[in-house]
Amino acid sequence: MSELVKHEPHTVYIKPSKGLAALNLRDLWVYRELVFFMVWRDVKVKYKQTLLGMAWAVIQPVMTMLVFTFLFGKVAKLPTEGIPYPVFSFAALLPWGLFVTALNQGSRSLVAHNNMVTKIYFPRLILPMSAVFSGLVDFAIAFVILVFLMFYYQVTPAWNLIWTLPLFLLLAIVTALGVALWLSAINVQYRDVNQALPFLTQFWLFATPVAYSASVISEKWQVVYSLNPMAGVVNGFRWALLGTGSGPDIALWVSVAISVLIFISGLFYFRSMEKTFADTI
Amino acid sequence: MATAISVHNIGKQYKIGAAETKFRYNMLRDVIVDTVSAPVRLAKAMVGKSERRMNQNYVWALKDISFDLDEGKVLGIVGRNGAGKSTLLKILSRVTEPTTGSVTVRGRVGSLLEVGTGFHPELTGRENIYMNGAILGMKRSEIDSKFDEIVDFSEVTQFIDTPVKRYSSGMYLRLAFAVAAHLEPEILVVDEVLAVGDAEFQKKCLGKMNDVAQQGRTVLFVSHNMSAILRLTQEAIVLNKGQLIMRGPTQEAVDYYLSSGQSQAGERIWTADEVPAVSAPFTPISLKVKERSGKVVDTIRSTETVSVEFEYKLSSPVTGLRVGLYVSTMRGEYIFTSFDTDTPALYEKFDTREAGHYVSRAELPADIFNEGRYMVGVNASSFGVRRYFMDENALAFNVDISGAPGTQWGEPRVGPVRPRLNWKIEKMG
Repeated sequence: MSELVKHEPHTVYIKPSKGLAALNLRDLWVYRELVFFMVWRDVKVKYKQTLLGMAWAVIQPVMTMLVFTFLFGKVAKLPTEGIPYPVFSFAALLPWGLFVTALNQGSRSLVAHNNMVTKIYFPRLILPMSAVFSGLVDFAIAFVILVFLMFYYQVTPAWNLIWTLPLFLLLAIVTALGVALWLSAINVQYRDVNQALPFLTQFWLFATPVAYSASVISEKWQVVYSLNPMAGVVNGFRWALLGTGSGPDIALWVSVAISVLIFISGLFYFRSMEKTFADTI
Repeated sequence: MATAISVHNIGKQYKIGAAETKFRYNMLRDVIVDTVSAPVRLAKAMVGKSERRMNQNYVWALKDISFDLDEGKVLGIVGRNGAGKSTLLKILSRVTEPTTGSVTVRGRVGSLLEVGTGFHPELTGRENIYMNGAILGMKRSEIDSKFDEIVDFSEVTQFIDTPVKRYSSGMYLRLAFAVAAHLEPEILVVDEVLAVGDAEFQKKCLGKMNDVAQQGRTVLFVSHNMSAILRLTQEAIVLNKGQLIMRGPTQEAVDYYLSSGQSQAGERIWTADEVPAVSAPFTPISLKVKERSGKVVDTIRSTETVSVEFEYKLSSPVTGLRVGLYVSTMRGEYIFTSFDTDTPALYEKFDTREAGHYVSRAELPADIFNEGRYMVGVNASSFGVRRYFMDENALAFNVDISGAPGTQWGEPRVGPVRPRLNWKIEKMG
């Protein structure tokens, strides 16, 4: 029998929240271990009872890369700024894969865990957050493949720029989380999100310079083009890894600004909808 | 003594109505119109709320509830279905927000609503303990220190490294309960959870609840089982239609609840749009549980006969129609099935049932049910031809066992039936 630990219990005031609820980061901090456990569970469960297991994390981006190499590299012969096409596309597939997984899992996270949402209290932000973070493991595995590819094609990394890579990774995460916050909250009430997601990700892929180089877009459209924050992320990855492109310019800052805007607005939208999740899910 | 929970005028409003129209895809035209107008609806919903406001009704699931509860007290909450009991617990455990009013809660609220929440079938028992503990708000160090105790309590020690999808439902439940029971919250909320598991396990759960109460923690206990409420609580509140109508010593509150007609829910009425078009020519109207005086009741006494009435209409003659009942436990185990034309005499007389308005009435004899809550389902079919209508969960009723055989021992009895057997004791020498 464990004895009752005598400490002053903290007091909770429950009342209707008005307008945009405060972000309540304190609760998020209290429940930080839950984020870790959710990520750990997602990773652990993802490849259970599959024949190939973790190999899927390799097969998926490699197969996409092979298809792209055949279609866009060999048949369409798209310009790659002197980089072998497999390396060129794989460097972009890394953040893109992370983004798509995060977007899909994150947007469905609240509905997928509706039994948790309707039964217990915890900061709901944890669900899309941990869904987004759990994509990082696949990202790390795919990164190792990229290293092999670069070695094989004898592409020299841009050593002087590579330190900026984590910043672009952060930008990818912020973008994915921002969009996932919006979509997961909308998905609670309108399951149309489930239907729209495959279409959205496909459309977004074409609007992002994954299979092609951003340099094919004419100069005057570059800023408009970078309203898609993933364009900034992918260009940034190529720049930091391979030294292609011009590096941080006005287009990148537009991408960063849009990404932060989506994230902050998503955070507030999510928080304002949070109180009704358990009732409408 | 400090106040553990202080509730001030809380109310909870739910929207109803809008969802109903969504599922009536009877006509192709409706489907097309619906599909074409969907983007417009979406845009309207995103921009303003004009359309939603018009179509929706609001109901107050809870209204003006106020009460204080001192630390270390055990409070029972009784009321019929839809009285707001679960909504109240959900507000106290912060799952949903009140629409009005405020609550002050001192300490962590643990709820037995949440057993097994977040359990993943692919993870082992050990992994699920950590996962579930974290979901319930325990720190990893806290789970580490209680791990052995949790495993012991759950009695699944030898399977602790097996994925829980290989567990039997009993093992799964024991493990889930063990984690929830060791959360050791300052305030424990229990909602009908005692209806699950075998008798041995239920005893353990009650024991744990008692321990919790004796350690000076506060417990809120919701149940339809009046004897459990009487056994475990000293004080109770009665909710009716979202309002708190009485608070007092448990015995008084339970008597008030059982006698004042607050428990009258024992009927199910089908509205026109609840009846699928395919059930024609059969149209169900109502299902009622009545005591001998003819009063509709939600709680029956196991020592008295009651009748179950199923009222329906036939718009054209039906051959071989049989109208019947299923009675099952809340866990979904069937206890019996019975049809109105089971007896040969009625079977022949009602070979073809003319169009008209009917009541099929069955008498349930005394001394069949054990205490608890039971589900009545209805079925109207022609054997081997087709099924016209079925509703497996038409209504639920409670059984109060005061005066039933064996109640001199205040212990729960296993099994859904509690017959009065004709015992004889002979002295052989």
